[in-house]
Amino acid sequence: MHSVIQALILGSLTGGVYALMASGQTLIFGIMKVINLAQGAFVIVASYLTFSLFQMTGLDPFLLIIVTTPIMFILGAATQWFLLRPLRPDDAAELSLLVTFAVALGLEGALSIVYKTTLRSIMPGYENHSWTLWGYQINEVRFYAFLLSIAMLGVLYLLLQKTKFGRSVRATVQNPMSAQLLGVNSKAVSAFGFGLGVSTTAAAGAVFGLITPFNPGSHYDLISRLLTIVVLGGMGAIGGSVIAALIMGIGAALVSALAAPIWSDFTFFAVLLLVLLLRPRGLFGAKVRGAL
Amino acid sequence: MSKAGIIRASAFFGILALLPLGVKPQWVINLLIFTLMYAALASSWNLIGGYAGYPSLGHAAFFGFGAYFIGIIFENSVGNGYNPFFILPLVGLCAAIISIPIGFIAMKTRKDVFAIVTITLLFMVQTLAYNWRGLTGGAQGKGVAVPPFDPATFGRPYYYVMLILLLTAMSISMYFRRSKIGLSLAAVRADEDKAHGVGIQVTTVKIIAFALSVAIAAMVGAVWGYYEGFIYPQFAVDPLITIGMVLMTFLGGRATLWGPVLGAFILVPAQQYFSYEFGATQFYLLAYAAIFLVIMLVLPRGILPTLTDRIRLKAKIVAEANK
Repeated sequence: MHSVIQALILGSLTGGVYALMASGQTLIFGIMKVINLAQGAFVIVASYLTFSLFQMTGLDPFLLIIVTTPIMFILGAATQWFLLRPLRPDDAAELSLLVTFAVALGLEGALSIVYKTTLRSIMPGYENHSWTLWGYQINEVRFYAFLLSIAMLGVLYLLLQKTKFGRSVRATVQNPMSAQLLGVNSKAVSAFGFGLGVSTTAAAGAVFGLITPFNPGSHYDLISRLLTIVVLGGMGAIGGSVIAALIMGIGAALVSALAAPIWSDFTFFAVLLLVLLLRPRGLFGAKVRGAL
Repeated sequence: MSKAGIIRASAFFGILALLPLGVKPQWVINLLIFTLMYAALASSWNLIGGYAGYPSLGHAAFFGFGAYFIGIIFENSVGNGYNPFFILPLVGLCAAIISIPIGFIAMKTRKDVFAIVTITLLFMVQTLAYNWRGLTGGAQGKGVAVPPFDPATFGRPYYYVMLILLLTAMSISMYFRRSKIGLSLAAVRADEDKAHGVGIQVTTVKIIAFALSVAIAAMVGAVWGYYEGFIYPQFAVDPLITIGMVLMTFLGGRATLWGPVLGAFILVPAQQYFSYEFGATQFYLLAYAAIFLVIMLVLPRGILPTLTDRIRLKAKIVAEANK
C-alpha cells in the first residue's frame, strides 16, 4: 500500500511536467493540425539552454525560465515560419509531420556536436532534497515543477481565454476559414501559436533537466510518451491533455512500482493502442471529420 | 509494362547482376550491398508511404525484427551458409502477420495517428531489444554464426539476395501501379472518405499495402543482420533507418516505380562518402536533417515526377511549335 501511494504521489508530480510539454503540443495540433514530432527535441534544447545558462550565471534554474521562454518561443515561431509555412497546402499535413521529424533529428545532431553525448544533469544543489510527509517522500524539485506547471497552464489558459490573440487562436482552431474571413491573420496566428506551443518546453526542459540526466538522444524517450498523452487527451483538447498527462504519469509510476520500471514504457504503447481501438477521439477530443 | 519499361528494367537488373563478377574491391561490393538494401527498403516504404499516403515511421522496427529473427535462429551455426536465406519468406510472413492487428488499429482513423502509432512502435521495439536480454543479448548485442563463404567473394551471396529483394519490392510496386489495388490506394491517398463512399475496401487495401511493405523491410533487415554478423539494438532498430527510407523515397519521387531506387542510388554513396570524409555521426544526423528539409521545401514531389513533368511540358511545347 505504501508503495502504491508513493507511486501515486510521484506519478502525479511527474504528470504535471508531462502536462506542460503535452499542452504545448496539443495547442500546436489544435491550431495547425500539425503533429509536432520535435516537441521532445525542443524540451531537450531547453534543458541544455538552462544547463548552460545555469553554469554561466549560477542563477536558479527556475528563475532562468524567464530567459529561456522567449528564446524557445522564437525558435518555435521560426520553425513554423521558415519550414512549415512554405509547404504546399495539398500535402502539408503529411509533409509537416516529416518536417518536424527532420527538425527533431537536426536539433539532436546540433546538440550532439555542441555538447557531445555525455549525460548531463542540472544540479543547483537541492535537486535531491525531499520532504517526508507521513512517511511518504515528496521530491522538492518535482513539487516545485508541479506548481510551476500549474502556473504555466494557468497563464496559457488566461492567454487563450482572455486576450485578443487567444480569441484568434481559438477561432482558428474551430474554423480556420471563417476565422480568416472575420479578419484573423491566420499566418501570424499559426506562427505565434507554434511559438507559444514550443515556449512551454522552456519550463518543461528546465524541470526535465533537474529530475533526469539527459543527452541529445533523450528526446526519443519523450516522443512516444507525449504522443500517447496527446492522443489519450483528445487531439486538440488542451484540458484533455493535462488530464491525460496526469493519468499517464500516475499509470506509469504505478506500473513501475508494482511491476518494473521497464514496463512503464509499454504502458504508454498499450494505452495508445487501447485508446485508438476503443475511443479514437480520445477522452475529450471532438469527433474529427475524416475519421472512419 | 511498356516496352521501354521492360528494356529499362532488364538493363538495370542485368547490369547489377553482372557487376559483382567484374568488380573485385571489397569496399565497392559493400557499398553496393548497402545501396541495394536501401533501394529495397525505400521501395517497400513507398508501398504504404507513397501509394497509400500513410507515412510509416516505424519500418525500422520491422527491419530490426528481421535482423533479430535471423540472429536468434542462427546464433550458433548456419550450415553451408545459405540456410538463413531460405528462412527469409518465413521472416516476411511473420512480420506481415504481426503488422495486421497494428495496421488495423493504427489505420482506423487518420494518417497522422498512423504515424504516431508506428513511431511509438519503433521506440517500443527498441526498448524490447535493449531489455529482453535473454533473447536479444541487450546492449551487448547478438552475434550470428559466420558462414563458410569464400573470403574473396564473401559479399556476393548477400548482394544477390538484396538484389532479389529489390526485384521483389519493385515487382509489387509495379503490380500496384497496374492493378485494382493500386488504383484503390491512389483513391485512398487522394480522398479516403470519397474512396470509402464509392465502395472501395479501404481498410483491406491499406492493410495489404502495410503488410507487404513491412514484410520486405523485415526480410531486408534479416539479410542485413546476417551480413553484419553482429546485431546491436541501436543499429538494428534505429530511427535513422526509417528516416533513410523516407528520405530516399521523397528524394526520388513518391508513388513512382523508380523514385525510391534513384533516391537510394544518390544518397547511400553520398552518405558513405560523407561519413568517410567527416567521420562523426553527429554531422551526418545534421546533414540528413538538412537534406530532408531542403527536399521538402524545394522539391516536395521528388526528382522523377518533377523531371517527367518538365520533359512532358517540353515535348508539348515542341509539338505546339511544329503545328
